[in-house]
Amino acid sequence: MNLHQSRYLTNRVALALSLSAMAFGIFWLMWILWTVLDLGIAGLSLDLFTKMTPPPGAKEAGGLANAIAGSAIMVGLATAIGTPIGILSGVYLAEYGQSTWLGNVTRFINDVLLSAPSIVIGLFIYAVYVAQVGGFSGWAGVIALALIVIPVVVRTTENMLILVPNSLREAVYALGARKWEVILKVTIRASKAGIITGILLAVARIAGETAPLLFTSLSNQFWSLNLNEPMANLPVTIFKFAMSPFTDWQQLAWAGVFLITLGVLAINVAARVLFQEKR
Amino acid sequence: MSMTADSMPGMAMGEEGGKMAVMPPNKPVKAVSSSLGDTIFFNITRAFALIALLMLAGIIVSLVYAAWPSIQKYGLPFVWTSDWNPPAEKFGALIPIYGTIVTSIIALVIAVPVSFGIALFLTELSPAWLRRPLGTAIELLAGIPSIVYGMWGLLVFAPIFSKYIQPPLGATLGNLPLVGKLFAGPPIGIGLLCAGIILAIMIIPFIASVMRDVFEVTPAMLKESAYGVGATTWEVVWNVVLPYTKVGALGGVMLGLGRALGETMAVTFVIGNTNFLNSASLFEPGNSITSALANEFGEASPGLHTAALIELGLILFVITFVVLAFSKLLLMRLAKGEGSKS
Repeated sequence: MNLHQSRYLTNRVALALSLSAMAFGIFWLMWILWTVLDLGIAGLSLDLFTKMTPPPGAKEAGGLANAIAGSAIMVGLATAIGTPIGILSGVYLAEYGQSTWLGNVTRFINDVLLSAPSIVIGLFIYAVYVAQVGGFSGWAGVIALALIVIPVVVRTTENMLILVPNSLREAVYALGARKWEVILKVTIRASKAGIITGILLAVARIAGETAPLLFTSLSNQFWSLNLNEPMANLPVTIFKFAMSPFTDWQQLAWAGVFLITLGVLAINVAARVLFQEKR
Repeated sequence: MSMTADSMPGMAMGEEGGKMAVMPPNKPVKAVSSSLGDTIFFNITRAFALIALLMLAGIIVSLVYAAWPSIQKYGLPFVWTSDWNPPAEKFGALIPIYGTIVTSIIALVIAVPVSFGIALFLTELSPAWLRRPLGTAIELLAGIPSIVYGMWGLLVFAPIFSKYIQPPLGATLGNLPLVGKLFAGPPIGIGLLCAGIILAIMIIPFIASVMRDVFEVTPAMLKESAYGVGATTWEVVWNVVLPYTKVGALGGVMLGLGRALGETMAVTFVIGNTNFLNSASLFEPGNSITSALANEFGEASPGLHTAALIELGLILFVITFVVLAFSKLLLMRLAKGEGSKS
């Protein structure tokens, strides 16, 4: 085999491997999605949204109503708390702290916290809140989730504000506006779609987070909207039910996984569409 | 998530962002322009920017404080003692640390070549109309919550794995000298190898999307010159694109490693959760730092057991922080070089 042939053979083999790597990646996505759809839809029923999680050995199959409500409340509150903090911090990074010492350090640490293990966030809240207050509670879960929202929102807010053309800022300065007016009334508005995209991605991220809730909100078998008590939530309930030997619990867990996956994928797609439209 | 990948173009643009908001030099009212509103707004945003620093300091201080009884009692040998016996108050972190590192290595061994292949496909091979949908599909894979991977791994993948994949693995690789020890033992599905594979599936999208983004940074001129002298696609990627972007590609790998080390749910479901490890086999069930925390923390009695578990969490945080910081530095180096070279 001459050099020419061997070079082209290497190329063929490498490209074939690359193609199979792509197929490999798509294969897992399809397999996981198919399982979730198949087993999840089988477990869907109206009971899911109206009945409470069943106790062990219950005769009638329960639902996930308390877990769904708990998750919705905690995700909603965590987003409401984390978003303004994240946006203001992102504004500092983009508008004031481009090359300051504080800006660079904050940007670096924020990006590291973005991928930090979420179970450690749970431990942190356990140490500073749960252990001090003396019990697991919905609020502890909300704070843990909010701490995960912040870095995501900071990152997107900064990226989006930087994309705003400087000529726009200069035009407003030329009209005599102060810097804070420029930021609040022009740059933030100009990057609204991008910032909302970031918030949506943050919601998608925390909707399925299990680890930080294990030692903070724990779970609750009953309907409870009291944030000072342990609160039911979908991920921890799924964890408990999937690990159990009971088939009806596993069925409920599949239905829960279906709801979470569908929700998270829908939010992800919505975020992308929103961002594309803006461009 | 795709955010981390998004940070690259953002940073590149940071340089020109710095020059914004320059007031005309001869503006007469300049002295008055630092109005009260500006001062207040600046200080508010700066205070919120400090939250990231406070969070980091808070995590380290509170975990050290909460783990102190264990740190004081067991000292440094905690890291290489393998005894984990809560009733006897004997705690050593070796088995969880071993499990965390081994599962992450397995995940990297599988995920890095596959991610490289996917990035290569998306940047050089794919027809233009397929690029977007396939890239989006890979990013969506990254968005699926880890509990889904875990539950799927336990209830769907592990049974198939023990029936169709482990026996042939044991029959072939298991007979090799040295390596054989890793694939010995009964095929029970759940265990270190299974956890490593599930982790690999989870981190492929993270590594692949960073690699794709950094590959796209390579100036078209460089690639075209190589094609122009007759290089094949593979030669262009291997000899031009990869050397140009190796720092960033390594950053992507480190990001994936950081994710794998800290992943909880995907591992907890399938690792087997046992604190005894009798052989070097990857088929054996084991424990990782995260799965030990997820399983034991809720029922741990206050005192030494809780403190020892928190110390595990502290060790995990320190390791992942170093890995992720390293990843970030590498990606920043690529972004800087991008401005000067092209």
